Amino acid sequence: MPKVTIDNIEIEVPEGTTILQAARMIGERDKAHRHVVPPTMCYYSKLKTSGGYCRTCIVKVTKGSEKDPRPMPKPVASCRTAVMDGMVVENTTNPDLLDARRGVTEFLLINHPLDCPICDQAGECHLQDLGYEHGLSKSRYAFERRTFEPIDIGDTIKLHMNRCILCYRCVKVGEQLTDGRVHGVINRGDVAEISTYIQQAVDNDFSGNMIDVCPVGALTDRTFRFTSRVWYTKPMDAHRACPTCSGRVVLWMKGDEVLRVTGRKDQWGELEEFICNGCRFDHKDVKHWTVEGPRTVDRHSVIGANHYELPQKQKLLTKAAPDSTPVGRPNELPGR
Amino acid sequence: MGRKLLLEHENVPGIAGLEVYRAKGGYRSVEKALRTMSPEAVVEEVKKSGLRGRGGAGFPTGMKWSFLAKPPGVPRYLVVNADESEPGTFKDRYLMERIPHLLIEGMITSSFALGANLAFIYIRGEYFYVSRILERAIDEARAAGWLGRNILGTGYDLEIHVQVGAGAYICGEETALLESLEGKRGNPRIKPPFPAVKGLYECPTVVNNVETIAAVVPIVNDGGEEYAKIGVGRSTGTKLISAGGNIRRPGVYEIELGVSCDEFINSDQWCGGVDGRAFKAVVPGGSSVPIVPYELFLRTAAGEPRLMTYESLSDGGFATGTMLGSGGFYAYNDAQCIVRSTWNHTRFYHHESCGQCSPCREGTGWMEKVLHRLEHGEGRREDIDLLWDIQRRIEGNTICPLGDAAAWPVASAIRHFRDEFEFHVRHPQKVKDPRHFEKEPFVRTPKPAAV
Repeated sequence: MPKVTIDNIEIEVPEGTTILQAARMIGERDKAHRHVVPPTMCYYSKLKTSGGYCRTCIVKVTKGSEKDPRPMPKPVASCRTAVMDGMVVENTTNPDLLDARRGVTEFLLINHPLDCPICDQAGECHLQDLGYEHGLSKSRYAFERRTFEPIDIGDTIKLHMNRCILCYRCVKVGEQLTDGRVHGVINRGDVAEISTYIQQAVDNDFSGNMIDVCPVGALTDRTFRFTSRVWYTKPMDAHRACPTCSGRVVLWMKGDEVLRVTGRKDQWGELEEFICNGCRFDHKDVKHWTVEGPRTVDRHSVIGANHYELPQKQKLLTKAAPDSTPVGRPNELPGR
Repeated sequence: MGRKLLLEHENVPGIAGLEVYRAKGGYRSVEKALRTMSPEAVVEEVKKSGLRGRGGAGFPTGMKWSFLAKPPGVPRYLVVNADESEPGTFKDRYLMERIPHLLIEGMITSSFALGANLAFIYIRGEYFYVSRILERAIDEARAAGWLGRNILGTGYDLEIHVQVGAGAYICGEETALLESLEGKRGNPRIKPPFPAVKGLYECPTVVNNVETIAAVVPIVNDGGEEYAKIGVGRSTGTKLISAGGNIRRPGVYEIELGVSCDEFINSDQWCGGVDGRAFKAVVPGGSSVPIVPYELFLRTAAGEPRLMTYESLSDGGFATGTMLGSGGFYAYNDAQCIVRSTWNHTRFYHHESCGQCSPCREGTGWMEKVLHRLEHGEGRREDIDLLWDIQRRIEGNTICPLGDAAAWPVASAIRHFRDEFEFHVRHPQKVKDPRHFEKEPFVRTPKPAAV
């Protein structure tokens, strides 16, 4: 099995693993090493051929492999580059690379409207996280930003093209999850846009997953829009017997009211399982669900911070697994 | 100097037709290769010839061919890249217009060497009329038995199709070309896998420039060693240069690699010198290669005379050198404004970016806006450093080379002509007139010698 060193941490991984996956394995093995995991905006491990577009996950390969130790001349997209035995990768230990990543972040933000205060994604937005970690506090872009009108693509999804970073994830969902993709990228360059030729056309049992895979607020849930900020809602794990999907979801609740239903996201912000539109849009009554308990919100700290009373949380956890550490304490929050 | 291998018969009347072409020795290479040589032997000759890709990157063709994967039972394809879209480059168009059969002949010989039974010419949409010429030539060749089943009774089959693109620059990038040829959106693919392993329809594919494939004809006819005798060092053979700009004799020239730059630009055999003023700068290989001041085009930083070869032009790296590129040669006289030209180039790259990866999608548009501001007298002092920063963060950080192609002209313009950019900031009123340097040529302040 190839051995790879990322930021001086060594790991042995199966053949064909990408640098990003190897880094995530390091992060999963030891939480203290989470910082070596490059941020991703377009890669999605559950969607084939995703990744390579946004360039935020770039890393520097300073030694190609044991056989061919030459360094790779340019930064590579870690999500699409397979590891070789003996490869040495620098991510957070390389100042030039971090500078390049700051450049990518700046590029992603120059045409972004920065309308977080009125954006439903705020609080669980990957671009926000990226901006906090790698962005400048001030924009150097002194021109008018490109704008599009928001459109309805299907009766449950709203598209704000202004916020889109063209990660192609929703296109891959359309291709790989639904029975026929009806939306895609039209035009090119910086006026390229995600669109359907016919509005309202996206109508499919699994189309709602596009909302969950969207890293920014470009695709939002029309049944949830402007109802609440996500950090005022309480995410609860719940399930139901669903004939279409696994029925394992997160209910975003306020009191006993279910404001929104989404899939369960793992520590890398990716869905554990895709859920159907029936669960997502049509079962907004808590009676339809078996509530398992509060959701452990890991990576996206805005939602997780100060959410549940700590003693209550501890009690819950002790019941489930006596030896697990309580999640949600400030020092446990995923700060890098 | 002045041996011509490709354009020898360019002015023979009727050379576009099969009859005259054949009478001038056409299709000899097909006869020789199919009857007397093995495919491997043809590849070997191309390797020996030292031929390098004529589309711009200059990668050794023989080596590219030997990378072609040959899994049993899987078809292989040859795709000719005739999507000549680099601003300043028009050599392939000339070759295809004048001597279409040379390309067809090269394709038959090359396909035989690669074991391909299906070959494509992907031609840009603006060359629609050229595609007609090629199709006529293909029909003629098929009628005469040079294409189709059992060519020359050797059992080798080949069909050639012409596919017209829709006129996107990005479709000249080999993987975007393949996507477009498959009928998809012309977005470059992420490499690896390279086309030699997974190309057209996921099959092993070789993508070569028109001129590269045409050069296979003299290589097979005369032998690779004979071809390699022309040229200097690792730059062998002849190269088509499409010359334009402020020179007296614009046109397409076939030069032996190794002609001195001074001779090429000033002798009446080729460019014929400047059109009445003084030369200021030269772009020797199409708009994406770095622009260099005239002095640095004639002589390297070390004072050696520069030659028209891959190595000599890139001597000094990007600090003082440039590249031979695709051979889209153009020169500027002192009435031209480098800022305006850079803005124009950047506008092109902005328009042509496919929008797939963020640095190029966002960066090219940003550079264009900043350059527009500078050129139209609204620039700020910090704009020059901002431009430098943007191009630095695009270069080397994109899926395909379009990002680099957009960054290099900006970088080189600032590197060599920073004083002109500063002039634009200092004299906004003067530069508001688009003919500013025509009225009052820009006088460069001599650089102090390096300490």
